[in-house]
Amino acid sequence: MSGFAGFVTRRLLATVVTLLAVSVIVYVVFYVTPGDVAQITCGPRCSPEQVRQVAGQLHLDDPLYVRYWHFLQGLVAGQDYSTGTSVAHCPAPCLGLSYQSDQQVTDLILTKLPVSLSLVLGAMVLWLILGVGTGVLSAWRRGRLSERVLTAITLAGTATPVFVIGLVLMIVVCGELELLPFPQYVAFTDDPEQWAWNLLLPWLSLALIEAAAFARLTRAAMLETLAEDHIRTFRAYGVSERAVIGRHALRGALAPVIALNANNVGSAVGGAVLTETLFGLPGIGQELVHAVRVVDLPVVVGMVLVIGFFVVLANAVADVLYAVADRRVVLV
Amino acid sequence: MSETLTASGTAGTDPTVPAVPGARRFWRRLREQRAALVAAVVVALLVLVALAAPLLTALEGQDPTTYHPTLVDSARGGVPVGPLGGISGDHWLGLEPQTGRDLFARLVYGARVSLGVALTATLLQTSLGVLMGVAAALGNRWVDQVLSRLTDIIVALPLMIMALALLAVVPSGFPRPLLVTLVLGLIGWGNIAKISRAQTLALKNLDHVSAARLSGWNTWHIARRELLPGLAAPVLTYAALLVPMNISAEAALSFLGVGVKPPTPSWGQMLTAANVWYQAAPQYLLLPAGALFVTVLAMTVLGDGVRTALDPRAASRLRVGTTREGGSA
Repeated sequence: MSGFAGFVTRRLLATVVTLLAVSVIVYVVFYVTPGDVAQITCGPRCSPEQVRQVAGQLHLDDPLYVRYWHFLQGLVAGQDYSTGTSVAHCPAPCLGLSYQSDQQVTDLILTKLPVSLSLVLGAMVLWLILGVGTGVLSAWRRGRLSERVLTAITLAGTATPVFVIGLVLMIVVCGELELLPFPQYVAFTDDPEQWAWNLLLPWLSLALIEAAAFARLTRAAMLETLAEDHIRTFRAYGVSERAVIGRHALRGALAPVIALNANNVGSAVGGAVLTETLFGLPGIGQELVHAVRVVDLPVVVGMVLVIGFFVVLANAVADVLYAVADRRVVLV
Repeated sequence: MSETLTASGTAGTDPTVPAVPGARRFWRRLREQRAALVAAVVVALLVLVALAAPLLTALEGQDPTTYHPTLVDSARGGVPVGPLGGISGDHWLGLEPQTGRDLFARLVYGARVSLGVALTATLLQTSLGVLMGVAAALGNRWVDQVLSRLTDIIVALPLMIMALALLAVVPSGFPRPLLVTLVLGLIGWGNIAKISRAQTLALKNLDHVSAARLSGWNTWHIARRELLPGLAAPVLTYAALLVPMNISAEAALSFLGVGVKPPTPSWGQMLTAANVWYQAAPQYLLLPAGALFVTVLAMTVLGDGVRTALDPRAASRLRVGTTREGGSA
């Protein structure tokens, strides 16, 4: 099988293999160390006898590969858990139960996912618009004062950690100027307008940081394209500068921007954790930080896997899009 | 015999391999860039402040961990007594709300943590990455496959998430700054490994390396004497970019409350509480935010300068104050 369909198939297969490997590594890393998980789950005042009982309940005594196998089974087919007296069923994509609350990790993630997706996807739209826009503008105005100002702003964006810009934005906009209320998550399905208003600052904080890299990349790619012969030909034929920049030079920036966007999904997710914690948005990131603080391993492992899933998937999708934007890739 | 072969083989006659500039040429090229020079001075000052932290605080007569309960107004919820958050001759930058710890002392000791963690983590990431990359390139097909897939996975996983999660499984008694360093070091080596592998594969077939192999030198010796000098430029370039990334990562983890923990001061940690206290003591927000901004900015500009100095064919990626029409370079 060759050609485009073959490329997509191979890429998807590689994605599945990567995800499996990620799950093994994450599982082993997180469950190979804990000597005192039972102790932590049980509480500080548990007797050694009680701790041993908890360890048995959590199957901490089984060998690692047995536990991983159970974990995979749960993921594919669901699993039954005995919680003392009754048996709870955890349906198909089962990531286990929280040590702390006995809640199913899959449910927990599903309730938090809309918040995180709203944050990251909204910010992504914003950073693409801001970043590519700034890049186009500075390529167009190259050598002039406005380009220098844009360069300085972009550099500042690169050097500011997301939580610093978020904190400053929140204090200035919500605290001092009182332009916006302190963000509080409202579901899109409840009130789309309130949803957008409340997410505006979180989106901005995340997008301002990420946009800087896109601005630089777009500018560099466009200048490279503008120096090519076919652009000179367009100009010689009298194609307007606006069309040269907006239509032809921008096309040269398309493929690298797609690639960078995929690369940045990982760092954006990291930024989302910070943004959620800072603005008190009840998303996956905030829950992950909480789970880390109380050493709730099933929640930590489940969330890392789900995040890893999205990042690996985003990379695969970007590879395919990249191939669409630049057909030469398929042959490689 | 082998020595002469090596010497004649090196100089970059092959255009596919970037010539490694000598140290002196590197310094000259770095000095030519004004922005990088300013950044280097700022970084040098920061390192100096970090090293001299005990001296500076002794000069002020304070230390970063002593509480001053008499200097905060407990009736008003722990706001520092006096103007501007308690700035005085004794406390140059005021006091931390609630605890009354000296802010100047915490800031300069915070520089120690920030730079110490970031630089050590970068060293660890670079060593691990070079080791993995060179091993993959020189090993047989299986070694290469296993190491390369492992590298792919490490690169794919978000650093912040992995660091956050790894910090959960380590017993609480472990010294936190060391722990953050190790965690960042152990998961941040992916890109260095990729660069090292690609570069080693390119270098491996050059005449001087083949000559060394034919002379019967062992792999370790070849790696050290013939390959590492050729790896220096690309690896250094990326390592210089890792430093500001590590500074941000440490601050972010401490900001989330899972990195460096009190009483050890850290800039990220100071920001966590600033959210509540900015009205009573604005410098409580401005100091760590400013320190982080300046440090990361200086490190980023310096990193870009290092890149330009090592590979003069590529123009600055940051393009600070370009006036020429760029792109054609």
